[in-house]
Amino acid sequence: MRAKHRHALPGFGLTLGVCLAYLGLIVLLPLAALAWKSASLGAAEFWAIVTAPRALAAYRVTFGCAALAGLVNLVFGPLLAWVLVRYRFPGRAFVDALIDLPFALPTAVAGITLTALYASNGPLGRVLEAHGWKIAYTPGGITVALVFVSLPFLVRSVQPVLEHLEPDVEEAAATLGAGRLTTLWRVVLPTLWPAILSGFALAFARALGEYGSVIFIAGNMPMVSEIAPLLITAKLDQYDYAGATAIALVLLAGSFATLLALNLLQLFTVRRRSAGAA
Amino acid sequence: MRHWSASLLAAALAAGAFGHARADASLLNVSYDPTRELYRDVNAAFAADWKQRTGETVTIKQSHGGSGKQSRSVIDGLEADVVTLALAWDIDALATHGNLVPADWQKRLPDNSAPYTSTIVFLVRKGNPKGIKDWDDLVRPGVGVITPNPKTSGGARWNYLAAWGYAAKKSGGDAAAKDFVARLFRNVPVLDTGARGATTTFVERGQGDVLLAWENEALLALAEGGGKDRFEIVVPSVSILAEPPVAVVDKVVDKHGTRKVAEAYLQFLYTSAGQEIAAKNGYRPRDASVAAKFAAKFPNVPTFTVDEAFGGWQKAQAAHFADGGTFDQIYTPGR
Repeated sequence: MRAKHRHALPGFGLTLGVCLAYLGLIVLLPLAALAWKSASLGAAEFWAIVTAPRALAAYRVTFGCAALAGLVNLVFGPLLAWVLVRYRFPGRAFVDALIDLPFALPTAVAGITLTALYASNGPLGRVLEAHGWKIAYTPGGITVALVFVSLPFLVRSVQPVLEHLEPDVEEAAATLGAGRLTTLWRVVLPTLWPAILSGFALAFARALGEYGSVIFIAGNMPMVSEIAPLLITAKLDQYDYAGATAIALVLLAGSFATLLALNLLQLFTVRRRSAGAA
Repeated sequence: MRHWSASLLAAALAAGAFGHARADASLLNVSYDPTRELYRDVNAAFAADWKQRTGETVTIKQSHGGSGKQSRSVIDGLEADVVTLALAWDIDALATHGNLVPADWQKRLPDNSAPYTSTIVFLVRKGNPKGIKDWDDLVRPGVGVITPNPKTSGGARWNYLAAWGYAAKKSGGDAAAKDFVARLFRNVPVLDTGARGATTTFVERGQGDVLLAWENEALLALAEGGGKDRFEIVVPSVSILAEPPVAVVDKVVDKHGTRKVAEAYLQFLYTSAGQEIAAKNGYRPRDASVAAKFAAKFPNVPTFTVDEAFGGWQKAQAAHFADGGTFDQIYTPGR
C-alpha cells in the first residue's frame, strides 16, 4: 500500500486536520495551560522566581546530570545496539528485551533499587565508598539514575539504522584498503550520527524531567543535589501553582532548545553528507 | 446524534437506578503517609459499630500520600468525604483554595479537631553510640541527622518547628533559634521528600546517626523486623505537640449525601474505642483514661503547640516554609 508520488494522498486534508487537532489536544493544550498559569505572574516576579539562586543551582544539577548521563549512553548505547544487530549469540533476544526494561519499570522502583545498591551500606556502594567514591545522595547518584532511565532511547534509535546498514559497505571499505578504525570512523559512524544525535536528544529531554527514579538517590540537598523537578514539586506543595509552572517553563524551554539544536545539527550533518556524496 | 444521546440517557438512568439500589454508604478517607495501619483498624471497627447502630453497611476507602500532595489532590477534584492530614495548614488550604471546608473548620470538633496527637522523638542506633540525649546533641559536629525536607513533608515541618521551638525557648530569641536550626541542618546529609522516605534512608540505607521522626513512626520502626535490636528511641527534654487534624469535606459530603456517616466516622475517633485503636497504633490518645492505660508506651514529655510557640500554622508557614522563609535562608548563600 505505497503512496503514489505524483499527487498528494487522497484524504490529505482530513488526515492533516485530524493530525493537527490531535497534536493540539494532546500536546499544545496542556502546554498552553502551563504558559497561561505562569502568566498570572508579572514579568519581574517570573524573572525573580526562575533566577533565584536555588533555581539556578537546580538547573545546573538537572542539565549537568542529564547531559552527563546522555554522554555516557552516547558511548554505550550505540555499542549495545551494534552487538545486538551484528552478532548472533545465545540469549540475544533476552538481552534485547532487557534494553526496554528501564521503560517498563516504574521509575520509583528503579530509584529505590539503585539507592539500595549504591548507598554506603549497599553491595556496590560499600565497595565504591571504600575507594572514596560516594555515589548515592550526590549528583553522581542522580547521573546513575538518569543513565538507567535514558539508555533505551540511544539503543532503540540506533538499532534500526544499523539493521539497514549492510555489512557489504564495511567489507567494501576494507577491500579498498581502509583500516578498521577508518571504516568505523569514515563509513559507519557518519551513517549512524543522525540516529545517535536524535537518541541523545530524546534521552536528554527525558532526563530533564525525570523525578521518580532520581528523588530517592539524589539526597535532595538544596544548592548541591536538588533537581529542578523537585523544586517544582516543592512549590506545588505550597500551593504555589504559578511559581511551579515558571520553573517548568524553563525546563521546557531548555529541552525544546536542545531538541531544536540537535535537530539542526542532524540536518546539517545529513546535508553535508549528501553534498559530499553528490 | 440521536442515537448517541439516547444511549447517554440510558446510561444516566442506569447509573441513577444503580445509585438508588445501593443504600449502603461509602466513604473516602484521604490521609497522609504513616496512617495506613491506623485507619485500617479504625475503618473495620467503625464499620462494625455503624452496622450495629444503624443496620447500614459502610465501606471506607483510604488513600495515603504526602500530606500536602493529598490536600492538593482534594483541591484538584479527588472526592474525599473526610480528610485526616498531618497538619492544619493542609486542611486550611482546602478552605483557601477551593472553599471545600469553611475557614473555621478546626473549631467543629474537640481538641482543635485533632483526636489523637503525636510528638517528635529521636530514633538512634542501638546503644546510642553518639550519645544523643537532647536537641543540643544534634548540632554537634560529626552527628548525622536524618529529616525529610520541610518544603515537601508535613512531618518535617513538625521536626523543624520542634527544633526551632526548643532553641527559642532555651535562648529566648529568634536569631539564636535560626542559628541553631541552621547548624542542625548542616548535619543533614540527605533530605528526603517524605517521612517514610526518611525512615527508609535511616533504617534501610544506614544513613545518619539519628532520625527525627513522628513518635508513631519511631514506634513502628522498633516494632518491625527486629527493630528493637537495631534502634532505640530517645525522648528529648521538650518537644512539639503534633496535632494531626481531621475534617469532613463539606462540599463533597453534601454532594454524596454522606454527611451523617462522615461526621459519625470522625466522632468515632474520639470514643474510647477509637482512642484505644489510636494508642495501639502509636498515636497519643486525648482521652485521659485511655492515656493512663497506655502510659508505659508514651513517656511523659513537656510539649508546646504550634499555636503557643508560633501563633498558628498560617504564621509558621509564612515565616519558615514559604519561599524566602527561614528554611530557604539556611540554604541560600550570601543572605
